[in-house]
Amino acid sequence: MKFGIVVFPGSNCDHDCYHVARHVSGQSAEYVWHRTAGLKGLDCVILPGGFSYGDYLRTGAIARFSPVMAEVERFAKKGGLVVGICNGFQILCEAGILPGVLMRNRDLKFICDSVYVRVENAKTPFTSSYREGRVLRLPIAHADGNYFTDGDTLKRLEDNGQIIFRYSTPDGEVSAEANPNGSLGNIAGIVNRGGNVLGLMPHPERVSEEVLGSIDGRGIFESIVRAAQARGTHLS
Amino acid sequence: MEITPSVIEEHGLTVEEYRRIESVLGREPNIVELGIFSVMWSEHCSYKSSKVHLRNFPTKGPYVLQGPGENAGIVDIGDGLAVCFKMESHNHPSFIEPYQGAATGVGGILRDIFTMGARPVATLNSLRFGSKDNPKTRYLLGGVVAGIAGYGNCIGVPTVGGEVYFHESYDNNCLVNAMTVGIVRKDRIFRGTAAGVGNPVIYVGSRTGRDGIHGATMASDSFGTGGEERRPTVQVGDPFTEKLLLEACLEAFKTDYIAGIQDMGAAGLTSSSAEMAARAATGMEIDVGLVPRREEGMTPYEVMLSESQERMLLVVKKGSEEGVLEIFRKWDLEACIIGRVTDTRRLRVLDNRIPVADIPVDALTEDVPVYRRPSQRPKWQDEAISLDVKSIPEPSDFNAVMLRLLSSLNISSRKWIYRQYDHMVRTDTVVLPGSDAAVLRIKGTDKGLAVTVDCNSRYVYLDPFTGGAIAVSEAARNISASGAEPVALTDCLNFGNPERPEVMWQFENAIMGMKEACVKLGIPVISGNVSFYNETSGHSIYPTPTVGMVGVLKDLKRHTTVWFKEEGDAIALLGETLDEIGGSEYLKVIYSRDAGLPPRLDLSVEKNLQDACREAIRAGIIRSAHDLSDGGLSVAMVESCLSPQGPIGAVVDVPSGNIRKDALLFGESQSRIMVSLMEKDVKKLGDIARSRGVPFRVIGRVGGSSLNINGLVVLPLETIADAWGNALARFAG
Repeated sequence: MKFGIVVFPGSNCDHDCYHVARHVSGQSAEYVWHRTAGLKGLDCVILPGGFSYGDYLRTGAIARFSPVMAEVERFAKKGGLVVGICNGFQILCEAGILPGVLMRNRDLKFICDSVYVRVENAKTPFTSSYREGRVLRLPIAHADGNYFTDGDTLKRLEDNGQIIFRYSTPDGEVSAEANPNGSLGNIAGIVNRGGNVLGLMPHPERVSEEVLGSIDGRGIFESIVRAAQARGTHLS
Repeated sequence: MEITPSVIEEHGLTVEEYRRIESVLGREPNIVELGIFSVMWSEHCSYKSSKVHLRNFPTKGPYVLQGPGENAGIVDIGDGLAVCFKMESHNHPSFIEPYQGAATGVGGILRDIFTMGARPVATLNSLRFGSKDNPKTRYLLGGVVAGIAGYGNCIGVPTVGGEVYFHESYDNNCLVNAMTVGIVRKDRIFRGTAAGVGNPVIYVGSRTGRDGIHGATMASDSFGTGGEERRPTVQVGDPFTEKLLLEACLEAFKTDYIAGIQDMGAAGLTSSSAEMAARAATGMEIDVGLVPRREEGMTPYEVMLSESQERMLLVVKKGSEEGVLEIFRKWDLEACIIGRVTDTRRLRVLDNRIPVADIPVDALTEDVPVYRRPSQRPKWQDEAISLDVKSIPEPSDFNAVMLRLLSSLNISSRKWIYRQYDHMVRTDTVVLPGSDAAVLRIKGTDKGLAVTVDCNSRYVYLDPFTGGAIAVSEAARNISASGAEPVALTDCLNFGNPERPEVMWQFENAIMGMKEACVKLGIPVISGNVSFYNETSGHSIYPTPTVGMVGVLKDLKRHTTVWFKEEGDAIALLGETLDEIGGSEYLKVIYSRDAGLPPRLDLSVEKNLQDACREAIRAGIIRSAHDLSDGGLSVAMVESCLSPQGPIGAVVDVPSGNIRKDALLFGESQSRIMVSLMEKDVKKLGDIARSRGVPFRVIGRVGGSSLNINGLVVLPLETIADAWGNALARFAG
């Protein structure tokens, strides 16, 4: 299968995602410049972490107007797999491809740390390698990861099983103490209604190799590969 | 504008220096020329007071590809790769405006690395703030840390390590030293040379504004009260633009277009143009009328002296102009031709084709004034080092002392700081902050790098020679305890006013001590920076020659961390504990004394210790290794117990012989490393230690839910974790 990693001005986890897609997962991968109008031949598009446009104005607010985003939206509508990690999640929310917003962290500081998240739904193309309820130790690195949405949307997300990851204790308890940034309902990651677009604040690409101390994040890439291969042909 | 004595003085030039300018030019300089001379002859740019002493450093070695004199030093690490690094200070700007001062310090050192063709892979920093009782300390700490985070996180280079100390000598002059490490292909190294007469000179990056004019001159002066008034001389950073500049430069380096490149750091366009021409023994002609500007009405003087950030000067091969401009335009950056390389060995500046300055290049670079300033041992030195140890009572409650030490600002966990830095981006950080050194993998090889920064300035204050030697030795010990072989160092020499003989004495002796250690341990100095005039209202900081060091792990898998791994493992001490408490953190925290002589250092003993430690790690028998430094054995034990993977207890019983119990627990004797290993490997380690003449003794076992040292310190893990883990966060909030 083939991954495409979008490069916005200011993306800085693009190389890391490419590395895992290409060298750890052993799949094809290519960088997609943000002015590109076309996602030909791709099975999964990753919007990587970083500070697109310096986070100026608001995280993701400028990047959502990059030409590639209209393509990403079309690609998602056709059922293509899209993953937004950290800044990529913020961009997907700004573009309205995912519901909700990511506000400044509760304590107003940038947080780089390892946290625990519980897998809430293992029946998605991004989480099928995990067992439901499994607790993963994943790194976060953001100043704006405080997820918020209105009550109705939250209810819809919950009813439809769109909440994929919640911050939890190592034992899997979703509690206030386990919430690093103030996210509503401890939400760390969600999918769209169609289940083919994932946005998450933690960085799975940082824990996909033994040498980095953990492979808890690799399951996301493995799930994607499995899902794409099951589909056989690419969609774009 | 008329050049009056007061104008000359405002430019930080002495009467003699002004006479010299007149004689170089054969006439009176105009104001543009005076400005150019003043920044190039400033202490910050010219090293005029330090040059004669810096020559003492060993700068060559079999692996050194680039020593001091370029934007950064470079060392060969095999596999066709090289590591490029340098450290720089941004002290004065950070004291005036902590966020922007620290942020642009990081921005500047990053540019020094990628201008050499290297991809920056890690940043470190060394910080000094005033005492915790100074109301300004908390503000400066918060601002500086946020500034480093704001810049480093955005550009996507992990901040993997550092050190922070609090001491009243920095009350009115904090220190912010930043170091960047990059990786470059050996055959793709770029240098700051204006090679090729007739080649075009291209300006790229941000537009030029009025910020930072005379920053270098400010950094070469002492503060009186009210340094805040100088805020307009502090530059404002834009890490987003620098990220674009980084990627655009690295893209341009893949072509054959570039003949030379240099970042516009201190003294901006002036120093980059003059230094590039000097290195190539050419000349340069630039027209400031062509320089992109942020605001209208800027004079040639302002354009030449601006220190606006995120700018680079390129000399490109004739005919490749369009190709280069296209790359920078792709990244939405300003790029334009502003001049050409000449064969005149003069820097000629035009303003819309009208000449405004014409100066021999060598007069700005090679032939700057050089001073051998008078030096004298301070009168107060004897008093400082006198310490009647008998007058220091041994504590009756070692647990209480232990907890006070653990919760003191200089000992406690730094997590509150590094949690604000993205230390994992680029996915190379194998050992995260908190160990003796950060360890990075090098993708596509089996190799790794270990990186650290170090300086105990109290030691340097009490005995500059020994303190300088210890700074180098301790950095190397951190590298060795991680399993890596130290390959080279960079330094940032922060001192007071060099016009004071006492400061020069500290400077000279610290350098000689560092040199001695470098020679004995075989570690060359490949780059560095001097920051003088760290003095406010006549009070100098403690002399602080910070050392940044890089080591290479041939086999990344064979690295170690400070943390205990398994219950039942044996704990052993390599090295000898002497009856020393002089200059210790213990003496400062418990008795409020900076006194006595610092710990003794025998460099042969040090070398043997480090060799033995690395050999044992290479042999695969060491599970954890930790250098003993601030707070001695007991603090090292705590740090080894409090693993990020979960705390683990330990029981040790160290024979005290004839030494004081507080020296045993908290003394800072040099050349000691505590290791843990499986019982079955103890004999092997003993053999390695013996073969190198290193004292070795098993002192206890890993395990349990408390820390027990000789029955004197007996504390549950939760108690030490809280005291050590939360003190800094409680202070900084």
